[in-house]
Amino acid sequence: MSKGNTGNLSSIEDTIAAISTPLGEGGIGIVRLSGKDAVKIAEKIFKGEKPVSQISSHRVTYGEIIDPQTGDTVDEVLLTVFKAPNSYTTENLVEISCHGGQLVVSKVLEQTLKCGVRLAEPGEFTLRAFINGRIDLSQAEAVAEVIRAKTDLGLKLGLKHLKGDLSEKINSYRDRLIDLLARLEVEIDFSEEEIEPLEGDKVIEELQSIQNEINDLLSTYNEGKILKEGLNVVIIGKPNVGKSSLLNALLKEDRAIVTPIPGTTRDVISEFANFKGIPVRLVDTAGYRISKDIIELEGIKRTKIEMGEADLLLLVMDTSSEINEEDLNLLQEMITLKNKYLLVFNKIDIASADLVRKNMEKLKDKSIVKVSALKGEGLDSLKDMIVSSSLVLQKDQTQGVLLSSIRHKDALLRAKKSLSLAMDSVKNKMSPEFVALDVKGALDAIGEVVGKTVTDDILNKIFSEFCIGK
Amino acid sequence: MLTYEEEFDIIVVGAGHAGCEAALAAARMRQKTILFTMNKDTIAQMSCNPAIGGSAKGQLVKEIDALGGEIGLAADQTAIQMKTLNKKKGPAVWSSRTQNDRSAYRLVMRDYLENQNNLFIKQDTIVEILVKNEKAYGVITANRIGYHGEAVILTCGTFLNGLIHIGLEHFPAGRAGEFPALGLTENLINFGFHAGRLKTGTPPRLDGRTIDFSKTNPQPGDESPKPFSLRTKNELQNKCLCYLTYTNQETHEYILNNLDRSPLYSGKIKGVGPRYCPSIEDKVVKFKDKLRHQLFLEPEGIGTNEYYVNGFATSLPEDVQLKALRTVHGLENVQMMRTGYAIEYDYFPPTQLKHSLETKLVENLFFAGQINGTSGYEEAAAQGIMAGINAVLKLRGENPFILDRSQAYIGVLIDDLVTKGTEEPYRMFTSRAEYRLVLREDNADQRLLEYGNRFGLVSNNLYEAYLNKMERVNKEKKRLRRVFVSISAFEHLIGRMENNKKICLAKILKMPEITYKDIIEVDWEARELEKEVYEQVELEIKYEGYIKRQVLEIEKAKKLESMVIPDDFNYDGLIGFKTEALEKLKKTKPISLGQASRISGVTPGDIAVLMVHLKQFMAKTSAVGCLSTAAKEESTDSTDEID
Repeated sequence: MSKGNTGNLSSIEDTIAAISTPLGEGGIGIVRLSGKDAVKIAEKIFKGEKPVSQISSHRVTYGEIIDPQTGDTVDEVLLTVFKAPNSYTTENLVEISCHGGQLVVSKVLEQTLKCGVRLAEPGEFTLRAFINGRIDLSQAEAVAEVIRAKTDLGLKLGLKHLKGDLSEKINSYRDRLIDLLARLEVEIDFSEEEIEPLEGDKVIEELQSIQNEINDLLSTYNEGKILKEGLNVVIIGKPNVGKSSLLNALLKEDRAIVTPIPGTTRDVISEFANFKGIPVRLVDTAGYRISKDIIELEGIKRTKIEMGEADLLLLVMDTSSEINEEDLNLLQEMITLKNKYLLVFNKIDIASADLVRKNMEKLKDKSIVKVSALKGEGLDSLKDMIVSSSLVLQKDQTQGVLLSSIRHKDALLRAKKSLSLAMDSVKNKMSPEFVALDVKGALDAIGEVVGKTVTDDILNKIFSEFCIGK
Repeated sequence: MLTYEEEFDIIVVGAGHAGCEAALAAARMRQKTILFTMNKDTIAQMSCNPAIGGSAKGQLVKEIDALGGEIGLAADQTAIQMKTLNKKKGPAVWSSRTQNDRSAYRLVMRDYLENQNNLFIKQDTIVEILVKNEKAYGVITANRIGYHGEAVILTCGTFLNGLIHIGLEHFPAGRAGEFPALGLTENLINFGFHAGRLKTGTPPRLDGRTIDFSKTNPQPGDESPKPFSLRTKNELQNKCLCYLTYTNQETHEYILNNLDRSPLYSGKIKGVGPRYCPSIEDKVVKFKDKLRHQLFLEPEGIGTNEYYVNGFATSLPEDVQLKALRTVHGLENVQMMRTGYAIEYDYFPPTQLKHSLETKLVENLFFAGQINGTSGYEEAAAQGIMAGINAVLKLRGENPFILDRSQAYIGVLIDDLVTKGTEEPYRMFTSRAEYRLVLREDNADQRLLEYGNRFGLVSNNLYEAYLNKMERVNKEKKRLRRVFVSISAFEHLIGRMENNKKICLAKILKMPEITYKDIIEVDWEARELEKEVYEQVELEIKYEGYIKRQVLEIEKAKKLESMVIPDDFNYDGLIGFKTEALEKLKKTKPISLGQASRISGVTPGDIAVLMVHLKQFMAKTSAVGCLSTAAKEESTDSTDEID
């Protein structure tokens, strides 16, 4: 039974933190901390004129967020303290407004988590505001719906993340820990059975091996280049196939920050967007064709540089006219670059079915996304393909599995810590119930990621694997 | 129907381990109590193994004792061998166990009952519960005599529609040689209760004169054993040995060849049996690669030659039982005195109960013991004393006595039962307790004695002696933190060179190599302490770090536990829940958000939603003291509106 994944909600007096601005909207991100230690923790990661505890309530203060372990600056921020009870949650609340979009904000949030703050559950700020009487009771039903919706969304997102290799991996840690815990428990609850005692070295070996794997997985979080810098998607194609309209259409709902890259010519434009949680840097390039025009040559040179740096190329073709040599040359060039690419047929709205079929035949064996940038058709599936190709790319970088949710990271960090404590107990020759305490702790943390509890599983394991009972 | 002229406060039906504790607690709390038993000669019968305690069960016995129950005292008085399990591990999992003289135990417990003021014993079978307006007010006996009482506690054991299986033969019985209780299940179903069917089994008993003990390994008890009960003053003596022998390939083959005559494997038995207590045929089938299984031969008592074969529960036909036993070393010429059997019986899934063990459907009706799907004397006795106390509190109009999961195994037991129910006979394990490190045998008094005393079940003398002990424990703990000595004095024990700095004795005691006895060598003041005091000091200091961590976790969990869901909270029409969660919440009717969070299928999201509805409900009914948060409704400042 079990606490398990309900652990988080049970602690309504924990200090919690979350990003309060929606994903990918606006150039400013807000990280909010609430709870009795909010001020104390903000103080550990904020470097400003005076310590956070001495800043008066409701005053905006300028300073820097630093990594509490290395002292490195993470971002320049504006920080505001709202002292209890005069805050949204009626608890001590600290608001950190940072530059930059998603990535910087995540980084700032991460620093708070390093100091022992717990990541807020979906809707938890609102819930606290409600519980503490900050929100009118007539809003109760609305609050309930919000919490439910957010939780379900969180669940769905979680499940999505957890599909495939990552969940397989985390479940494999869980299975191994359950094996180990069952083994420890059987020695305690069935001490008179003929079961050889576990050797300390073996226990440490197994715990260390699981911890190593968790470490590897944790390191993918920091090293995931794509999450850090965004997926670099470069749009290419000969002139007038609709590259710019495609860029604008893709940005329409998901535009993040407009970041003109300094030093670029007007021919290369890049913007950031957030497709389903994956930050994407979209780059529009000059029309690409064989030319002797100096200006065009300069543009083409830049396009080539961009192509070389791309994680993913979108080769756009106008399918309302026949695919020609120029299109095919570009394709050939892309293939020699060995970059990942997607073929996009634009202007599907005005192209005749016959022509589309004919064009497709010329590119046989290639998968093609058909869109109309003008009408907004096919954009969703294009985004899906961009996102899924990014997952493939991420896999390449991390031998298969990538940790992309800060929530999962938080849980795995706690699991890691529990495993260290368990190993300490073994090293100190403590008996199995002490080791079990922290193995169970690690399992509870992992259970939060995969949404499973422990106790019954342990007993099931014992009964199915050991012949016990007199 | 005749009505018995006298009325009672409390009626207890069944005089097994649950019934005895319930009746004693009720009578001691000054309620006029009547205890019905189908047979006065089998009161407190140990139906299965002649032993009390064991892993997690020893802890239960200590807890019952601290509350003022009798199982511990009766076990001490009739013990013929004592052992502490897990002695090589930490104190949290030390579990005491006694082998007991089966007949003596029965007689000792009956003696307590017969000499208890306010308690009357009646041999009769109860066939109906009297209920009016969904409230119990009495019972009807098989002879159609009505007894009126304000509360009824049912502790029916395996007797409800009990059916014994031996091979392919089966016959109605409550235990071997005893009648089953018929009619009561159907009566309860008529009130709207759901019933289920469970199975358990017991091994054959052997004639000791036909056992060649020289071919077995003798198993002695512990030297200088400790009693269960705080009231036991005499020293316990080991009076006999147990013996260990093993099954072998021949035994297994013989059993496998005769499975067609097993009621388990031919589908005759429908009830669900306990996985932790499998029959020998189950072990042989499910663990084929195991070359042998342990069999403990345990004496049934001092004045008898009968031996219990622990590890050989079976419902195989009698001839198969005998021939299989005779393949075992030492049992080549054995004679069986009693045949092993399986028994199926009705139980009432315990999610139909409140934490007080009162049924949700019928007021003033309480269930305890195997009727709730548990197994084991200790589990039964624990529920018995809790049902007894709670029935009395109910009649007095006081709040129920509910122990939480961090206070006692009893709390874990009852919370598991009423929250999750059980589909197999439920046995306590230490791994069921999330706060195992603080639920120890040695601190059962610290956890529960005060309650026992408050209810009048624990004498003031005993309670004062405890307070006195604790005072000395705390004083010594403080002293050990205050006295600094040079670590070099302990170098020979630690086995490594330390610099010559002075550290406090408490820190030294924390080192794995050091015991309190080593401290005595250096620190003369320590010598004045009694064993029970310094042992407690040693343990609390040695494991301080771990214990502190558990205590922190307990505090965290308390927040949700303290958010009470009132009885009249209505789930109908509430939005935001998953369908499955809503159904389970409606069925279980949890008493707190903590309990709600332990119901399988209820997610953290559901709990958040529940919290919101609850808050609204409390505001509407303007009840007080539910959501204990630092709500400061009046002092909100509009300038800090952020969303």
